[in-house]
Amino acid sequence: MKLEDLKKIREKTEKDMLLRAGKTRLKVVVGMGTSGIAAGARETLKVFLDEIEKRALSDVIVTQAGERGLSSHEPIVTVMEEGKPSVVYGNVTGEMARKIVAEHLVNGNPVSESIIEVKE
Amino acid sequence: MSIYRTHILLPVDEGTVQAGVFEVKRRLESELQARKLQKEIKVLESGSVGLVGKGVILAVYPDRMYYFGVKENDIPRIIEEHLLKGRIVAGLAHAPVAAMAADQTGARVGLTREQRRVVLDKAWTVDPKNIHEVLAAGGYRALEKIFSDKLSPEQVIEEVKRSGLRGRGGAGFPTGMKWEFTRKAGGPEKYVICNADEGEPGTFKDRLILEGDPHKLIEAMTIAAYAIGAGRGFIYIRGEYGLSIERVQKAIDQAREFSLLGKNILETGFSFELEIKKGAGAYVCGEETALIESLEGKRGNPRVKPPYPVTHGLWQKPTAVNNVETLANIPAIINNGAGWFRKIGTDKCPGTKVFTILGHVEYPGLIETDMGTPLREIIFSFGGGIKGGKKFKAALLGGAAGVFLSEPLLDVKMDFENLKENKAVLGSGAVLVMNEDTSIVDMLFSIAKFFAHESCGQCSPCRIGTQQILQIIYRLRQGGGKAGDLETLLQLAETMFRSSLCPLGQSLVMPVKSALENFKDEFALAISQAEK
Repeated sequence: MKLEDLKKIREKTEKDMLLRAGKTRLKVVVGMGTSGIAAGARETLKVFLDEIEKRALSDVIVTQAGERGLSSHEPIVTVMEEGKPSVVYGNVTGEMARKIVAEHLVNGNPVSESIIEVKE
Repeated sequence: MSIYRTHILLPVDEGTVQAGVFEVKRRLESELQARKLQKEIKVLESGSVGLVGKGVILAVYPDRMYYFGVKENDIPRIIEEHLLKGRIVAGLAHAPVAAMAADQTGARVGLTREQRRVVLDKAWTVDPKNIHEVLAAGGYRALEKIFSDKLSPEQVIEEVKRSGLRGRGGAGFPTGMKWEFTRKAGGPEKYVICNADEGEPGTFKDRLILEGDPHKLIEAMTIAAYAIGAGRGFIYIRGEYGLSIERVQKAIDQAREFSLLGKNILETGFSFELEIKKGAGAYVCGEETALIESLEGKRGNPRVKPPYPVTHGLWQKPTAVNNVETLANIPAIINNGAGWFRKIGTDKCPGTKVFTILGHVEYPGLIETDMGTPLREIIFSFGGGIKGGKKFKAALLGGAAGVFLSEPLLDVKMDFENLKENKAVLGSGAVLVMNEDTSIVDMLFSIAKFFAHESCGQCSPCRIGTQQILQIIYRLRQGGGKAGDLETLLQLAETMFRSSLCPLGQSLVMPVKSALENFKDEFALAISQAEK
């Protein structure tokens, strides 16, 4: 191994480690209470992970939260970004999750049709 | 590489191994598999958090939450509640990573209080067995910098000298000077030795560095070898440190595989071979010349100094012997520069210090904080204060070869200079706290017993002196004290200090003198009661 190879090895794993640094740009919170799971939140979460991996987004973490008391809107997903209001999405199916990743996480444009709340 | 949404870190040290961390890990892995979560949640081992007696600890990231005292049977609940629903399992003891729960007064206490970590920066968050993680977290970056910036050995030594780094083994000798002496000593054959014999009672800082970040030590020793011009090095680890030996050996193998150690490191033309030597558990082998004798395969007897190891060390060749914690500072100094290092700690003692807090405190364990932090803060803030609402009586600083401090000295700043002014020592950084129920006579007795047992017997002052001191304190303790005993104790200790061959015999003067000075009444009482 040469000096130059060291950098490549570092970069490969760095992404995976960001999760532990607590300094990511975006946080996707999937509501995983009982009704969230019943409405398919597990599938939604998997799609988020899948898309983020495919697009190699290194500054996003996906985490889970409990019930919000809005069962009819489950699965509910909140996208939090530092310095910006949090965006809460309702009825996030797998397909919608893909759209959120593409438009909100990558391009920075929240998907207005699914927003149920914007929190300052 | 696949992306995980959650990382679960299980700190592995001797304490958590005994509490069943591996059983918990196995259960966790099988339960995750049963729920098909193994591709979303990653389970890995880290170094110790530094807490003692809290059972199996489990850290959940990115939530940055710790669970304490986790049992195998708690695993299904943690998965169902926390990992699936994102709710903290209320029935389990837990605390955020950055700050432990508030105590009654509202102050933040405990060992997970925010600490400045230079030496132990990676120990809690990185899997030390995975060199990929270590590299991603900045491991071997200092070595890389030296080679890519083409720093000369002299430049490396100059940087270490300017940083003001002093040996963390207890003596506080400037590290840069030690390296310079070794470099300037003649001959082509030189050695680097890491003293990981950590035998000082109450000290386990080096163990947690060895277990938590063994690659840092390897990197630092390679840098030391480059600086002084050595081709071979040894890590002398005490034999009882099973996990340390295992982790360091694994790290050496991995480093070799990645061309970070061995012949022609990173194709730069520089070669360095490193191996482990297991110590057999003799206290005296922590003394550098006894350690060298032991490494040579002989009985661990200290040598007469001078000459010092920097000119006549291993096999009479120039040798730099450095403590684990000292070396663990080197990569950060090279990476961030001497100026950065100097901003931490005090003027004459820059940097951080790793302390082990034990005895009658709420949170016994290990912390890293700036040099010069007041003792009061270490005991009452980091250590959580005296356990069970009792009163503070004494602190023994620096292990058995340390000094008893009483309450008026609680505000002393913990660094080499300030402690010296107060007739105390930093030693290895052990802080043994005693509450009002402790008998100092008893404490001194067990220390005397320790030294009498560990004296190697080579020189008479130490061999005979330790026995004499032990007998007097034994008598005092049994209620058979006589007038003049205290004067004899001091005289014996002073004589040993002046005439013993090595620091072992010279050390007993510190606990004896400080105990007699700071707890005069207690000893006077022991004698007056006997006379009645």
